[in-house]
Amino acid sequence: MITVELFKLCRRVRTWFSIGLICALPLVVAIFIAVTHLAPPPGQGSAFLSAVLDNGQLYPAAALALVLPVFLPVAVAVVAGDSIAGEASAGTLRYLLARPVGRTRLLVAKLVAVITFTLIAVVAVTVTSYATGVLILGPSRAAAVGFAPGGNSGSIAPGAGGAPTAGLQPGAAVTSLSGTPLTTLQLIERVLGAMSFITVSMLGVAAIAIFLSTLSDSALGAALGALATLVGSEILVTLNAASVVQPYLPTRYWLAWIDFFRQPIFWRDIQRGFAIQAVYVVVFLGAAWANFATRDITT
Amino acid sequence: MISTQNLTKRFGKVQAVREVSLDVREGDRYGLLGPNGSGKSTLVRMLLGLVYATSGSISVLGEQVPRHVSRVLPEIGALIEEPAAYPHLSARANLRLLDAAGPHGSRRTRRRRVDDALEQVGLAGIDRRPVRAYSLGMRQRLGLAAALVRRPRLLILDEPTNGLDPRGIRDIRDLLIGLNASGVTIFLSSHLLPEVSALCTRIGVLDSGALVLQEQLASLQEPTGRVLVSTSDPERAVGALDGLVERRDDTDLLVRSADPAALNRRLVAAGVPVTALLVQRRSLEEIVLDVTGAGSDQFGVPAAREPGPKHEPPAAAAPEDPPPAAAPEDPPAAAAPEDTDMS
Repeated sequence: MITVELFKLCRRVRTWFSIGLICALPLVVAIFIAVTHLAPPPGQGSAFLSAVLDNGQLYPAAALALVLPVFLPVAVAVVAGDSIAGEASAGTLRYLLARPVGRTRLLVAKLVAVITFTLIAVVAVTVTSYATGVLILGPSRAAAVGFAPGGNSGSIAPGAGGAPTAGLQPGAAVTSLSGTPLTTLQLIERVLGAMSFITVSMLGVAAIAIFLSTLSDSALGAALGALATLVGSEILVTLNAASVVQPYLPTRYWLAWIDFFRQPIFWRDIQRGFAIQAVYVVVFLGAAWANFATRDITT
Repeated sequence: MISTQNLTKRFGKVQAVREVSLDVREGDRYGLLGPNGSGKSTLVRMLLGLVYATSGSISVLGEQVPRHVSRVLPEIGALIEEPAAYPHLSARANLRLLDAAGPHGSRRTRRRRVDDALEQVGLAGIDRRPVRAYSLGMRQRLGLAAALVRRPRLLILDEPTNGLDPRGIRDIRDLLIGLNASGVTIFLSSHLLPEVSALCTRIGVLDSGALVLQEQLASLQEPTGRVLVSTSDPERAVGALDGLVERRDDTDLLVRSADPAALNRRLVAAGVPVTALLVQRRSLEEIVLDVTGAGSDQFGVPAAREPGPKHEPPAAAAPEDPPPAAAPEDPPAAAAPEDTDMS
């Protein structure tokens, strides 16, 4: 069943179209920056963007920061929201279940497909943006960018997001946000860490969308519902009056992966981010399973 | 093969299926009839474990449903309302995908089984066009092929001839009769009475969720004790039959007689030129309309016909209420065209 779901994922034009779009955004940004040499000044704009002009190898991190707030969650929510509701509205759900495919098995297969999609998207962004960074921006003089740990690094409010703040230092190697040089191995480790953190964050989105997908017969409704949850969460994250609930919001620690690029790695928010996403995944997938396993299939 | 006891399903306040005790036997070609919204689809979905019953029990192929539904479903081919397929894939890709999704679909025999099923439904030469481009009839045939891929022992088909042209309807009917002859039990639901009449050996009639009739079709259609006689000399025939003629419509006479051979001898002896002699049987339409009320898709239509005496075998009631043959009263306009539509 898992193979079947992966086959269906691969044969959908939408899958590759959305991954293409996600990869295209950083490419477009890189071209503009390379042509104009106008990166956002340190402390403003998307994370890492001010640094990439000096070191293209950091561009994967910048690219992930670019697609994380909107593009990636939208794509994941669309695929995950479509998982059950799409089959239901197309009428194929009843035939799958009568085949028979157990309801739990179907849900697991759908989850694996969504995880696969997220991984492909994150890896694709990383790989294409590394190529983009090296080819277009070039691994020229490396920049050492300092950054005060803690602070607002978890928030994705404009300007407050973990944007590098300090000036440039001449150097040959890739440097961390804290200013210390990173070896290639360290850079690879940290990029992998960031990728896994972002994938897990997206799984939180996927779990919400899959849950809504078992409630509704409208794939669009499920995807938009999950996105509405995220938008609501982002608004509350920036609202001081909502500080009571902020630690529990799904997007609270979304940008904590930036801490992977500090020296040493600043683990506190990363751990909290993993933990909160794990809770969201378990709770919403549990609810999705409980609902789907007992539901009448009338479509 | 299928038996339910007092099966009931409530959706909120609506009672879709009430106290249905279905009995489908091995080798049957069973037709489940009923107006739109009478609960046919809900009943079919409960048999397949898609909808959970509110109360009552279901046994299919000797296993309890829904508890052991995964044991019986591999032996069932199903068409559940409209066929459905992934529109961007071809017919073969769709069938292979569906077969690969569940258990008991050996990969070794898959290609062969898919090709066989496509051939059975008349899609043997289908190309690689995506299903998106198919006509309604082709989709319907593909849906049937999907039900046949696993070579099931039991076919549960909801409106199997929907969207097919007259030739398609006959093809599918022949296919189903052939499968039945080779040992496949067929359970189908339909509101196309001529279809059920031509195909089924046994019928059940649902009305507002309740099973109001379940009987062998042959015993429902026993002769009514009336014979339709056509003659070019009706005057002489009326004289010869002496009070047995119940109704006359130009050259057609409805004659009370339990023995058509004796009637024919008598007419010939009297010198009546008989051009046609037809033993009257109740049509399926009369049987069904007798036991059902208006369909649930009718609103604000005055009840054209009182619901017949429910739970009473209509065959017994027939002699008191002979069907109009020579000059049939117009059936209720709201119900008739839809129920007998062939296209």
